[in-house]
Amino acid sequence: MDFGPYLMLAMLEGAVLASVLALMASGLSLVFGVMRVVNVAHGEFYMLGAVLAWVVSTGLGGSPVVGFAAALVVAPLAVGLLAAAADATILKRLDHDPERVIVATIGLLYIVQQATLMGYGPEARPVTAPFNSRIALPWIEWGEGGPSLYYPWGLSITSYKLFVIAAAATLVAALRLFMARTRTGLIMRATQLDGDMATAFGIPVARVHAGVFGAGAALAALAGVLVVPIQQAHYLMGGEALLLSFIVVIIGGLGSLAGTVVAAILIGMSDGVISVFFSPTLAKILATLLVALVLVFRPQGLFGARDR
Amino acid sequence: MSRRDWMLHLGLVALLLALHFVLPAYHHGNMARIMVLAVYAMGYNLAFGYSGLLSLGHAMFFAAGMYGTGLASLHLGWSAAPAWGLGLVCGAALALAVGALALRTAGVAFMIVTLMFSQAFYLAILYFGDLTHGDEGFVLPAATRQVAGLALGGEGIRYLVAWGLFSVCLIGSLWLVRHRFGRVLIAIRENAERAQLLGYDIRARKLVALVLSGTMSAAAGGAYGVLFGYAGASFAAVQYSIFPLLYVLLGGAGTMIGPFLGTLFMFYLIDIGTGITQAYMLLAGVALVLLTLFAPQGIAGELRRRIWSRLP
Repeated sequence: MDFGPYLMLAMLEGAVLASVLALMASGLSLVFGVMRVVNVAHGEFYMLGAVLAWVVSTGLGGSPVVGFAAALVVAPLAVGLLAAAADATILKRLDHDPERVIVATIGLLYIVQQATLMGYGPEARPVTAPFNSRIALPWIEWGEGGPSLYYPWGLSITSYKLFVIAAAATLVAALRLFMARTRTGLIMRATQLDGDMATAFGIPVARVHAGVFGAGAALAALAGVLVVPIQQAHYLMGGEALLLSFIVVIIGGLGSLAGTVVAAILIGMSDGVISVFFSPTLAKILATLLVALVLVFRPQGLFGARDR
Repeated sequence: MSRRDWMLHLGLVALLLALHFVLPAYHHGNMARIMVLAVYAMGYNLAFGYSGLLSLGHAMFFAAGMYGTGLASLHLGWSAAPAWGLGLVCGAALALAVGALALRTAGVAFMIVTLMFSQAFYLAILYFGDLTHGDEGFVLPAATRQVAGLALGGEGIRYLVAWGLFSVCLIGSLWLVRHRFGRVLIAIRENAERAQLLGYDIRARKLVALVLSGTMSAAAGGAYGVLFGYAGASFAAVQYSIFPLLYVLLGGAGTMIGPFLGTLFMFYLIDIGTGITQAYMLLAGVALVLLTLFAPQGIAGELRRRIWSRLP
């Protein structure tokens, strides 16, 4: 296979990672954008989504389509409610003070991780994809009779991976429209700009915060459900995902949804391409240093406003 | 400095020395470990508690000390004292380089930049596996773990060395924060703009604070390597950047004895938790949440708030 098809394959794999990241990081960004707190337990909500997807789909039995569809509904809902409850019982009492929230969410992280280990066990478990046909991809070749299409061996993607990309794109677009166009979105943005004023106008700020925290966690759980058919569910899977979505959110500019998406594509693609063509460890070192340097010279991120 | 301050801190130092003679073997070993980790936490507190620099990358300073010391003793056969000195230099140089770049940012960006540099450092340890033995780590040769013919691995010596390091760092940083320099740091933490208006070069001061903090963390890392005879990549992982933050926040940020109390508390919480149940992380998690809810200033911070308002 030539360089071209390899690159395309690497970029497709990168696109899958990018879409999962975009979804997860949107949740983190939403919570930060509205509540100004960093949720360190975000990775664990992602992990919970994946684990619940396994629980629901094996619990139901039957066809993989039904199990997966049920997981897509149940897991985000359950995780969202759990997170909203955590906000209402714990974070609210901390007045959403940034430093204390970090410690409290580290505590939450430990609790969720350990509870999962005890309930679910240390094994990594797969979920069958609802559909998983292999789609061969064509590549253009310049032969003697001008350009022609051919199908190089190995250049393919599964229908499920395409579905993940489409689903994530739709969900992120929907989230953006929701924030920009609906009354609830308006209320969220109002709470973000001036909590006291919002309270004065009769907006139940505490409930909005619990809702936002729950919604952010639900987005992470959704990303987790989408990822299990590709990558198995494991109780330690939250850590790396958290680190990556941190990077995405910061590079994109805190609280900016558009920036988050662009950064997710950037990080996902470069990870895909670099780890195919170079030593994965060296690639990661360079990528991390690059991220750090971007931030040093542009602390507000790519799309962030200067005064954040 | 008031007499009460001196009495408290010298009292703690004396108490720890007295414990050397009475503690049973198991707790004796634990205490040595706690004192070394507390030095790390005190170093962290200098940046976080006193200068307001929330770093998530201190594991790289700890590991720089540990690997600077460890590699010199493994590959060059240096004995403990000069190897530890090299570890200190490594930590200070790294803190200077990282600080010069990272201090261009503030707040959450600073957190992430330090986290990224630290992650790159961790990956570099794995990448240069030929030299560092990667994930597995390596045991420091026993022949090098000596000072003036005394084996540092021995129980008694280990405790006394850890105690010595702890005492020097405790009294040294107490002097530092009570000194003009420390008071300016606190002023910067409380109100950077006003401090700047008063004519202080904020960035230079923060850089000095970060270098001191990194050096102290490296001192702890190097001492850990020499006293317990092992260096491994896990000491450079994110987890080890979070530990000092937890120790400091639990004990009380911006207090002198806070980091020690936090380390002691966390260590024994996990130690006792492991004895009772497999789920010690669950206990640690619950304890963290409860402490943030009911003792937001940490243990020493609560003491200061309720009982003793002049606690340094």
